Amino acid sequence: MAELMYWEAIRRAHDEEMTNDPLVIAMGEDIGVAGGTYKATQGLYDKYGPERVIDTPISENGFTGLGIGASFIGVRPVIEIMSVNFAWLAMDQIFNSAAKVRYMSGGQLESPVVIRSPGGTAHQLGAQHSARMEKVFMGIAGLRVVTPSTPKQAYGLLKSAIRCNDPVFINEHELMYNMKGEVPDEEFFLPLEGSEVVRQGKDVTLFGYNISVHWCKQAADVLAKQGIDCEVIDLYSLSPLDREGIKTSVSKTHRAVIVEEAEAPVGVGSEVMAIINEECFFELDAAPVRVSAVNVPIPYNHTLEKAVIPTAKDVVDAVLKMFGKA
Amino acid sequence: MNIADKKRLLREMLYARRFEERCYEAYVERKIGGFLHLYPGQEACCFGVMEAARPGHDYVITGYRDHVHAIKCGADPKEVMAELYGKETGSSKGRGGSMHIFDVKHRFMGGYALVGGPFPLAAGIAKGIKLKGGDEIAICFLGDAANNQGTFHESLNMAAVWKLPVLYICENNLYGIGTRIDRSTAETDQHKRVSGYDIPSACADGQDLDAVFKAAKKAVDHVRSGKGPYFLELKTYRYRGHSMSDSNAYRSKDEEKEWGDRDPINHVRDEIINAGKLTMEEYKAMDKEIIDQIENEVIKFAEESPEPVVADLEKYVLAENDPWVQGGAK
Repeated sequence: MAELMYWEAIRRAHDEEMTNDPLVIAMGEDIGVAGGTYKATQGLYDKYGPERVIDTPISENGFTGLGIGASFIGVRPVIEIMSVNFAWLAMDQIFNSAAKVRYMSGGQLESPVVIRSPGGTAHQLGAQHSARMEKVFMGIAGLRVVTPSTPKQAYGLLKSAIRCNDPVFINEHELMYNMKGEVPDEEFFLPLEGSEVVRQGKDVTLFGYNISVHWCKQAADVLAKQGIDCEVIDLYSLSPLDREGIKTSVSKTHRAVIVEEAEAPVGVGSEVMAIINEECFFELDAAPVRVSAVNVPIPYNHTLEKAVIPTAKDVVDAVLKMFGKA
Repeated sequence: MNIADKKRLLREMLYARRFEERCYEAYVERKIGGFLHLYPGQEACCFGVMEAARPGHDYVITGYRDHVHAIKCGADPKEVMAELYGKETGSSKGRGGSMHIFDVKHRFMGGYALVGGPFPLAAGIAKGIKLKGGDEIAICFLGDAANNQGTFHESLNMAAVWKLPVLYICENNLYGIGTRIDRSTAETDQHKRVSGYDIPSACADGQDLDAVFKAAKKAVDHVRSGKGPYFLELKTYRYRGHSMSDSNAYRSKDEEKEWGDRDPINHVRDEIINAGKLTMEEYKAMDKEIIDQIENEVIKFAEESPEPVVADLEKYVLAENDPWVQGGAK
């Protein structure tokens, strides 16, 4: 089994799928000749040419709509939006065209398009390059949303997303492209629905997704030394959320902490809490808790920026407080 | 275009006119809900262009004023009316409505309700045609006001850079909802607006079927021969308001009369009569036959069709039983 970086895993999935199907294309800003801002399409321009690896103008709504239109007649575009902040400009086409076309055509048309984009707060990129927008995408009927936390997931989810006939939004992370992880050498596909138990535990469930899964794992290691046995669940599918998986784990541990890089209002944490309420309220031994970002535009100043985003220590503190130990 | 073709198109245009007028009545009777954008006055645009293209073969996409374009591509008028009635037998199974008629088997790729939304979709369909190596073209019909959206400029630019086989038809009816073009748009001649994108363009009288056909023939030939996109502006006029909720108070009676005197259907009818190939009596008989046909077949079908069932409410949101959702066939 090879150890790949997150970007290498994405690149490998692109490459295999483009070899497998001549109608799979890649498009986005700087993805071709320049090889991609995050190298996720490196080398593909030379291998597949400009008709299939397309450097787009900086017209997010336009080129996203163009990819969606191509998908109407069977093309499978993988569209990279350089930063999720720029996806605001493409919302009209993503929401109004890709997500709704199957329904409003009575099942006649579908849009098998993949839109990949990194969200998250990186290093002092300021308010307009640091958004965490998964909450916006996950509330839209007709659109699937997945968010890989490891190179293995980045590869396997993209493979399935390209072949799936629904539009899929893949929420990546600016800080994770150089993360290393094991990816099996043989081809594989991961389900686009569900969740993954990344650590078994009996005392409390820590729910994370994308980068926050790693904070949960670090917190679980710390808490284990203090006698608290955490279960860690990776919610790699944000739409639909895995109601069964959430219910099963909370029914076992009876406690839940939801950890999100985004600000709390109308987010993954509030949605998971609602599911816990609906599915297993009477299993709870304590009120569920959210660990979220402070609700401000991301400041430039390094100290202020750090103060916005939760850390593994914040997760530890929240759990200790829940157990009356803080 | 010879007289026989004109006669055939006269019938089709008159059918479209009577179909739309019957929609108006059904809307007033509250049989049709939502928004309803009608096409009378603009018929020569759709029929002239599609006569130069290959309906059912070329891909067509448009905005919300879409019933007639769908029918011209090959959609069954009964299914279009049933859609307006919200019935399960409707072209979009009652899920779309007036603004979202689709008939994909005839390559009518839909009506879309965000002004300017179809511009990039059409370019994308053209990109798909190019990748697949077909001889189809993508035709996008939109109004003048759509050209004030960013998608217009973004799509023209991409279509030109990538030499996509897309034909943009601008049906310039002089109003964006209720605002006259010169009050909203710096350059009122829409074909002039594409010059910055190195795309050939032309303008024709949208009330004259023959003029539209000739201009469209040139445009279609250009696009189909692989030379890239083309932009054709057709000056036209809609007789009714933007939608049924529009009082039409922003236009003068004189202006309406002036355009009504240049009616595209009367124009071609008189031409055929003057050529001695039709009498006014024959025309009136054809008109009555069309009105009866719409009543006895189209309206009857829509009236008698079943409603969708609530149990199917969540159908068509996502693909059914797509194996890749579970990571492929096990």
